[in-house]
Amino acid sequence: MACISPDGKPTESGAKMLRALKSGLGSAEEIAGEAALPLFRVRSGLRELTQAGLAGQKNDKYEITEKGKELAK
Amino acid sequence: MEEIKQQVISLPRLGEPAPPFEAVTTHGILKLEDFKGSWLILFSHPADFTPVCTTEFIGFAEIYTELQKRGVDLLALSVDSVSSHIAWVRNIEEKTGVKIPFPIIADLSKEVSFDYGMIHPEQSKTETVRCVFIIDPNQIIRTILYYPLTTGRNMQEILRIVDALQTTDENRVATPANWQPGDMVVVPPPNTQEMAEERLKQGYECVDWYLCKKKL
Repeated sequence: MACISPDGKPTESGAKMLRALKSGLGSAEEIAGEAALPLFRVRSGLRELTQAGLAGQKNDKYEITEKGKELAK
Repeated sequence: MEEIKQQVISLPRLGEPAPPFEAVTTHGILKLEDFKGSWLILFSHPADFTPVCTTEFIGFAEIYTELQKRGVDLLALSVDSVSSHIAWVRNIEEKTGVKIPFPIIADLSKEVSFDYGMIHPEQSKTETVRCVFIIDPNQIIRTILYYPLTTGRNMQEILRIVDALQTTDENRVATPANWQPGDMVVVPPPNTQEMAEERLKQGYECVDWYLCKKKL
């Protein structure tokens, strides 16, 4: 897991992505720019965050879940 | 008599869509589609902790910034485990000071290796040879290079190919032998006699109607 450590906490890159989502950014491109991460890492990371219930997807946009907000603090 | 069956796997070809994959890497699970919209260089190496591969990884790390400027991502592959990859890149950094910034596929199942024709049994039945696939933003294979186990790749040639492909796409031209950025490019040959005659009036540098060059 690249975004979530085995202990369930977000990694540095995972935390950056959660903060970007929490700020209202919703596309992989926007999040990559804000988090200064490669786009491929963000696309992969968003899949991982979604599978872990920390983010959700509506159409092409992502949004942070309540569980994700807790971990983004 | 026992029948020996040999599986014949078709190799990817230029102009075809790159075979899709989902793979475990040192940067998490990555799919080919994660790279859509960017150029991608997918390259294989025979094994971690081997001398030629180590020099190549340092070489790829050295051109990484230049590739980024050109909108190119790098993705390495071998049939070693993620733990082996992590230990090796840490060792490279510790011993040489070079940080490896790109992900490496741990293709233990050899699925990606087979799909891309990276295993050449007469070279090695267990390791991938030195392949380079240059894949465009639409995920079409644009260049394939194969090197034997004993020959390290030339990073400047890989950069040159990227420059040539991008120049071709942007300007609808071809690039001559030994072309370097800034050199004259080849104007595509005419398809009709009328176009051939017009070609000679357009101020190109022509050897004859079929070989004309121009400055960009």
